[in-house]
Amino acid sequence: MKFEEIQRAAKAEWESLEHDQAPVIRIGTATSDRASGALEVVESFEKELYRLNVEAKIIQTGSVGFCNYEPLVIISKPDYPRICYKNVTPDMVPRLVEGFLLEDDPCMEFALGTLEGGNGTPPYIPELPRSEHELRLVLRNCGFIDPENINHYIALGGYTAFVKALEMTAEEILEEIKQSGLRGRGGAGFPTGKKLESCMKARETPKYVICNADEGDPGAFMDRVVLESDPHSVLEGMIIIGYTLNSSQSYIYTRMEYPLAVDRLKTAIEQAKQLGLLGEDILGTGFSFNIEVFQGAGAFICGESSALMYSIEGKRGFPRVKPPRSIEVGLRQKPTQLNNVKTFACIPVIIEQGAEYFSSIGSDRSKGTAVFALAGKVENVGLVEVPMGTTLKKVIYDIGGGVKDGKGFKGVQIGGPSGGCLPEAFLDTSIDFDSLTEAGAMMGSGGMIIMDEDNCMVDVAHFFLDFTQKECCGKCVMGRLGIKQMMSILEDIVSGDGRPEDIEQLISLGEDIKTGSLCGLGKSAPNPVLTTIQYFRDEYEAHILEKRCPALVCRDLIAYYIIPEKCYRGCEHCVLTCPSEAIVEHPKRFKVIDQSKCIKCGNCLEVCPPEYNAVIKISPISQVPPSEVPSKDEQ
Amino acid sequence: MQEKTVRGKLTEILAGFKKDRSRLIPILQRVQHAFAYLPRDAMLEVGSYLGMTDVQIYGVASFYNHFRFTPLGRHPIKMCMGTACHMAGGRLVLEALERVLDIKVGGITENGEFSLDRVACIGCCGLAPVMVIGERIYPKMSPTKVDEALVNLKIEAGEVSPANDDQAAKEDQIKILDKRL
Repeated sequence: MKFEEIQRAAKAEWESLEHDQAPVIRIGTATSDRASGALEVVESFEKELYRLNVEAKIIQTGSVGFCNYEPLVIISKPDYPRICYKNVTPDMVPRLVEGFLLEDDPCMEFALGTLEGGNGTPPYIPELPRSEHELRLVLRNCGFIDPENINHYIALGGYTAFVKALEMTAEEILEEIKQSGLRGRGGAGFPTGKKLESCMKARETPKYVICNADEGDPGAFMDRVVLESDPHSVLEGMIIIGYTLNSSQSYIYTRMEYPLAVDRLKTAIEQAKQLGLLGEDILGTGFSFNIEVFQGAGAFICGESSALMYSIEGKRGFPRVKPPRSIEVGLRQKPTQLNNVKTFACIPVIIEQGAEYFSSIGSDRSKGTAVFALAGKVENVGLVEVPMGTTLKKVIYDIGGGVKDGKGFKGVQIGGPSGGCLPEAFLDTSIDFDSLTEAGAMMGSGGMIIMDEDNCMVDVAHFFLDFTQKECCGKCVMGRLGIKQMMSILEDIVSGDGRPEDIEQLISLGEDIKTGSLCGLGKSAPNPVLTTIQYFRDEYEAHILEKRCPALVCRDLIAYYIIPEKCYRGCEHCVLTCPSEAIVEHPKRFKVIDQSKCIKCGNCLEVCPPEYNAVIKISPISQVPPSEVPSKDEQ
Repeated sequence: MQEKTVRGKLTEILAGFKKDRSRLIPILQRVQHAFAYLPRDAMLEVGSYLGMTDVQIYGVASFYNHFRFTPLGRHPIKMCMGTACHMAGGRLVLEALERVLDIKVGGITENGEFSLDRVACIGCCGLAPVMVIGERIYPKMSPTKVDEALVNLKIEAGEVSPANDDQAAKEDQIKILDKRL
């Protein structure tokens, strides 16, 4: 079949959907939507439509990226702008169906806003403060198309870039990508064009293409959302690269924790094959290309290129010494082009709209957009895509809505276990590969975690190092023993056994590990510790010298305490939930925590009614007022 | 009997794969999918199919966190320990789970009903802290919600009966909490 015919059919299907008299209900059903109950919402829509005999179409889309408003439902009804409903629950569905679909009440009380202007119906989403800074290239279709229907992607311009590429020579495609200034979105920011050029020059054949979707950083979920919401954008990018390299076999290496992404990818691959856009003799050009989804088995280190390739070969995922680089000696010892999910998703944009367009976005040396997963103590958790060069402040405050519950901002952790924590003074840093590295953090895979005054920076460093230590493969000495040593020093510090010389020791060990490790995991593992020492040294000192955790997090340095004056004497919430029976009643009827029995589970603090707020955390422990625990006879 | 089923299932699984060493990880994943863990016999069988030694198979299987060598509970519990969950107090929830189930991370209850594992991140950071039992995701967990989440599964398992006094007390307590929340 000719591409024009495929495109015509796809557009016809899309048009009939958009201009039909029947309303269209788009429900986000990516993993995080599902966690908030999106499938139940789908079910109740189906029931209600059937019960009231309303004609409407339900489309399960991916995620728009507004995680705090999920489940998100977008309803398009003729004569109305598309309306976006937030936090939809099954209870709201009858109102929406009866009120809006049957009658003409758009139920604006449930709405986040509209997607088209006019009607004077505020708020208009593209005019929200966040929209001003956002630019969606990678996330262009996310949340609006059915990821399991290739026609939606094609109708919105999908695969035209590939068809355009078929008319170009490999050199022309390479030149376009080089001119665009695209840098690897996996974190290191290596120029994609340069990588592609090396792979083209490599003599050995066959050549392989690999999409690295082993998104292992805790707190990062951009790749998952892209794969679940718009898998074809990644496939198209891979096919274009495959065509350029005259490669015939490629792999998407994805985490096994992402079953939905795997399902949707497999469906997408099947559909592309059926239309002749993938497989043997693509569109009659004689070019053949296959994509296989390979599921990892839960090893963070397999995000490293050489480890990932060994894993596909069925071996232990050990990184190896480089050079030779995997671009020359990669999978099965053959030249291999490996790129991140988002890098591939950028390729169709570059080919279709031109290098000039792409390089007009972003900063001097970092072109295009940056996709971040905003999480932690921030109002608007979710995905953010902004032009490179946007400042941290704009992302955190204008898009993210600032720190949750009006608390004070303490720091932002960028780049996951390989990145660093930046304090308030760095909020004007612009987001691009070089500025972030200069500040001590790194672009990394794109996790951005906001921390408030309740987060202990020593604990955060401990958390990340604990993660890298567990995930370290144990091949090189610095990774195996160096990180372990740093870890045990940190453990001493958080448990109150820190010594004054520990800080210097951590810095010197950290620098050695950065120099002496074999792979990227080891080289970047000390970053969270080194940056927190650099910017939050006072917290380390408080832990070591005063045995005090300023944020009241480190359990060995805090105690729970019930303020007698605030304790409402008739209530028993804390007593009932205490698992260790550490809370007893004083003869004067207020409750007292027996510190010797307390296991610091935090239940009492959680259940103490907000109107009393009698339970507090105290650090250092020596500050706890002398015990008022009544003796056995008093009880 | 047990051995026979392992054999039978395994022959079926292996029939779908080429005798190629690079298929090892997908094969092990299928085996684990079928048995919920990697039985020793199954690994030996895979080894002889691919022409690999026992230690080579074990070497690969033990490298990856996903593979387990002990059975999974009927209700496998996974506590997310990603950054967002950690900062929202995930550790306290994990400890509450250990306490309520009386097992440690990686363990399984005596009756085989519950097993407890930690995972690095399931990517639902907006709902932190997150716990997963089977396929169901429990968002915004707290130590005191652990009991509540487990109660129905426990009743189902016959571990506690709904009429039990202890249970009644616990449910009362939950009601009080619900009212307050």
